[in-house]
Amino acid sequence: MLTYLIKRLLEMIPTLFGITLISFFIIQLAPGKPTDVMSEMNPKITPEARERLEKLYHLDKPIIVQYGLWLKRVVKLDFGESFSSDRRPVIQKIWDTKQPLIDRCLFITFLINILSMFLIFLIAIPIGISSATHPYSIFDKVATTSVFIGFAIPGFWLALLLMMLFGIYLDWLPISGFKSIYYDSLTFTGKILDRTQHLILPLFISSFGGLAGISRYMRSGMLEVIRQDFITTARAKGLSEKKVIYKHAFRNALLPIITLIGLSVPGLVGGSVIFEQVFGIPGMGQLFYKSVMSRDYPLVMAILTLGGGLTLIGNLIADIGYMIADPRIRAK
Amino acid sequence: MKLFWHRFKRNKLAVIGGIMVLTLFVIAALAPVIAPYDPKVIDRNQILEPPSSKHFLGTDDLGRDVLSRMIYGSKISLAVGFVAIGLATIIGIIVGALSGYYGGWVDRGIMRFIDIMLSIPTFFLILAVIAFIDPNFWYSILPRWLSFMLEKIIMDPNILNIMIVIGLTSWMGVARLVRAEFLSLKEREFVLAARALGASDLQIIFRHILMNSMSPVYVSAVLGIAGAILVESALSFLGLGVQPPTPSWGNILALGKANIEIAWWLSVFPGLAILITVLVYNLVGEGLRDAIDPRLWGGR
Repeated sequence: MLTYLIKRLLEMIPTLFGITLISFFIIQLAPGKPTDVMSEMNPKITPEARERLEKLYHLDKPIIVQYGLWLKRVVKLDFGESFSSDRRPVIQKIWDTKQPLIDRCLFITFLINILSMFLIFLIAIPIGISSATHPYSIFDKVATTSVFIGFAIPGFWLALLLMMLFGIYLDWLPISGFKSIYYDSLTFTGKILDRTQHLILPLFISSFGGLAGISRYMRSGMLEVIRQDFITTARAKGLSEKKVIYKHAFRNALLPIITLIGLSVPGLVGGSVIFEQVFGIPGMGQLFYKSVMSRDYPLVMAILTLGGGLTLIGNLIADIGYMIADPRIRAK
Repeated sequence: MKLFWHRFKRNKLAVIGGIMVLTLFVIAALAPVIAPYDPKVIDRNQILEPPSSKHFLGTDDLGRDVLSRMIYGSKISLAVGFVAIGLATIIGIIVGALSGYYGGWVDRGIMRFIDIMLSIPTFFLILAVIAFIDPNFWYSILPRWLSFMLEKIIMDPNILNIMIVIGLTSWMGVARLVRAEFLSLKEREFVLAARALGASDLQIIFRHILMNSMSPVYVSAVLGIAGAILVESALSFLGLGVQPPTPSWGNILALGKANIEIAWWLSVFPGLAILITVLVYNLVGEGLRDAIDPRLWGGR
């Protein structure tokens, strides 16, 4: 098992390298030089100052050399300075050590994604199992139909509808931001309540797409497993139906789902751009959107690289989960 | 093929889906005839009017008729889905065929590249490329006759840009499918027979193996179109896709968000259109899949 893990970790290195290569070269697609963006903001910039800037960012060197220099810094998690007017180091924008943990961009996105994954599994797996154990029942038909529609609903549209319903007509929930203006004056429990209220809608939207997919996979996986001989054997030796389903069938049907978590990470992280933008949540998605719109090259490269890195870590965790769930792999 | 049609026809939902998809294409093609108003005409006296008998789906913040804008917008959604996935499918077939047929280091290299592409969050990648690339970039690298043709048909370089970028970022699934088919087919007798008869690699790849492995590709293409339509609408919603005054379902929704407290019709109807379009494409895709291989029922 340990050798397998080490092998997987070593395999990640060339992939990570490829990710940095792609993030770096996307930036080269842009017309003009990155310093153009900075001089736009400051029209009084002299040609000499511009040259100095280009030297500073090594823009006078060939692209390959620029990539090498960038990579050398990235290894130390130094992504350079942001092009925005505050000129803060990129890493501080993503992980602002001056802010409390809950207000750091990366943490917000991380929190929402972990929570929504948790929700997806908590809700989708029981739905999938009940659908599979009672196929073609009314419950199954309702579940299957809603899953089918769920696949087709654009998340940002559903977000708008829920904002209208809960935020405007019923006025139960805040429609934007990750804390209220009067947040600092709240007591500790008030603060937690405030955050929870701001989290409900985004969390629902970010888990919605996954819910449909996972419950559907769970249903088909379960149906497949239930048909197999070892389930018939388990029933034949007189085990209760509950034991047959939850002990014997469930574990086998769960295996493909675990792989699926790993595969769904890039989708979830990518989707965060949309719901963070809709709900005005200051996470990685919104930061990325802003950096793309203002052509903040160092920040864009950093977030692309980090996003890829996080996906790899997600895959690795899924692999470890797979090993824990499947004794056959552990033995190898 | 006959058997396939028979099975497809038995699936009522899929047939309904198919008819709806055709209807959408007819609506898009006849947009100038059926749209009650010109979608770009601004009417300062009709700003943010709720749905009425004059404007069935209301008007937007510049007094433009929402129904007409949605009818014209359907052209863009359908075209983007079709072209983007067409491109992705072609790339996927070529890459997958090379990888599966030749194996060895070609296969290892290609598979590694696909892994890398799949680990960067897709929407991040699309967003970055769309925002950074000069929309006229594609016209400048394509052969002159092709870019001339595209310019005549698509007009807006932004839309071509979206099509190509979505295409370039969604071929990986098809490539994996085609590769798997090739791996299982390339050792079969009919391929050996073709080779014994002196067929070249290209002939074997395209005429013999590919023709026998297209069914899953069709299914994934139809489902892919639905996905591409969702991506396009999300991009336009974020303001990075189709730019106003050209109408698209996504950019009407963006206005819906801006006016969320006063104009529900701007949010509700375009989203409904996206939902229905994606739904019917999915119905057709699933119907195709079931008709091609009933055993595959379920997973995606």
